[in-house]
Amino acid sequence: MNNPFTLEGKTILVTGASSGIGKAVAIQCARAGANCIITARNDARLSDTLMTMDGGSKILADLSTKEGIMALVEQIDGKLDGVVCAAGVVETQVLKLTDENDMQHLFNTNAFSAIRLVRELVQQKRMNKGASIVLISSISGVKCGYVGGSIYGATKGAIEGFVKATALELAPQRIRVNTIIPGMVETHLLDHSDIDKEQIEADKLRYPLKRYGQPEEIGYAAVYLLSDATQWMTGTGILIDGGYTLV
Amino acid sequence: MNEFIKNFANQWDDTEPEVFTPECEFHELEEWGSLIGLAIMNMIAKKYGVKIAPAELKACVTIADVYNLIQSKQ
Repeated sequence: MNNPFTLEGKTILVTGASSGIGKAVAIQCARAGANCIITARNDARLSDTLMTMDGGSKILADLSTKEGIMALVEQIDGKLDGVVCAAGVVETQVLKLTDENDMQHLFNTNAFSAIRLVRELVQQKRMNKGASIVLISSISGVKCGYVGGSIYGATKGAIEGFVKATALELAPQRIRVNTIIPGMVETHLLDHSDIDKEQIEADKLRYPLKRYGQPEEIGYAAVYLLSDATQWMTGTGILIDGGYTLV
Repeated sequence: MNEFIKNFANQWDDTEPEVFTPECEFHELEEWGSLIGLAIMNMIAKKYGVKIAPAELKACVTIADVYNLIQSKQ
């Protein structure tokens, strides 16, 4: 009997795969049988991800620039059955203290990297028919906000906006475009945040399920969206937030 | 120090500028809150190139303490 949830025979590109959500997505995709191509800027950490996977390959790339994206696409052999754009950074900065550089940095890394990569793959016809594109969004900027998250939220809002029309434009080729909308996930990004450890613990209690998400829980959703089980899903998002936006 | 106090005071909207002196115990001011705290940490990172952890800011009692903390990290 065919398993609609398997990624056997699919080639999947995962960005931001050296840590956090991207790393967990890459590991889960490999477990589900995909041939994974993983990419990030940090060679040592990317190699570490690759070692925890069953097979796959890595390409070093800086996706915050158009040139970096062109270089990545050039190094990919053949066509892809799926892409997961998980490269991103979190900055906690109150709006009045942000400047043009902050905006450029956040938009280049969180929004334009994914938009440019998808555009390049489409322009170069590097996606197979029936392929699946998954972008990592956030509840911040899409469902709610947090103090110091105005620009970050704007980048995630941009991702959600991008998905709608792109899903329509790629539908004739049966290429699906969806997002995953996570609440706070336990990643190393939290270790470097401007938020107090006590505040983090208090924040966890605001989630009805009383904890932050684990990176692999986002990985499972990515596998689902990449698999043939979701061939009739496009232009939408899967909300995974421990019930945070219910209250 | 004067320049720092000016930058520090600039993060507050409803507190009179004269209140901000080196001895000012800023946590006690009515307007104090996590938003002001974040703005002060952002300002310090931007203008002085120093990263202050929330716990470090919490441990400072006066504005002079914050100033000295920055000096010690520069």
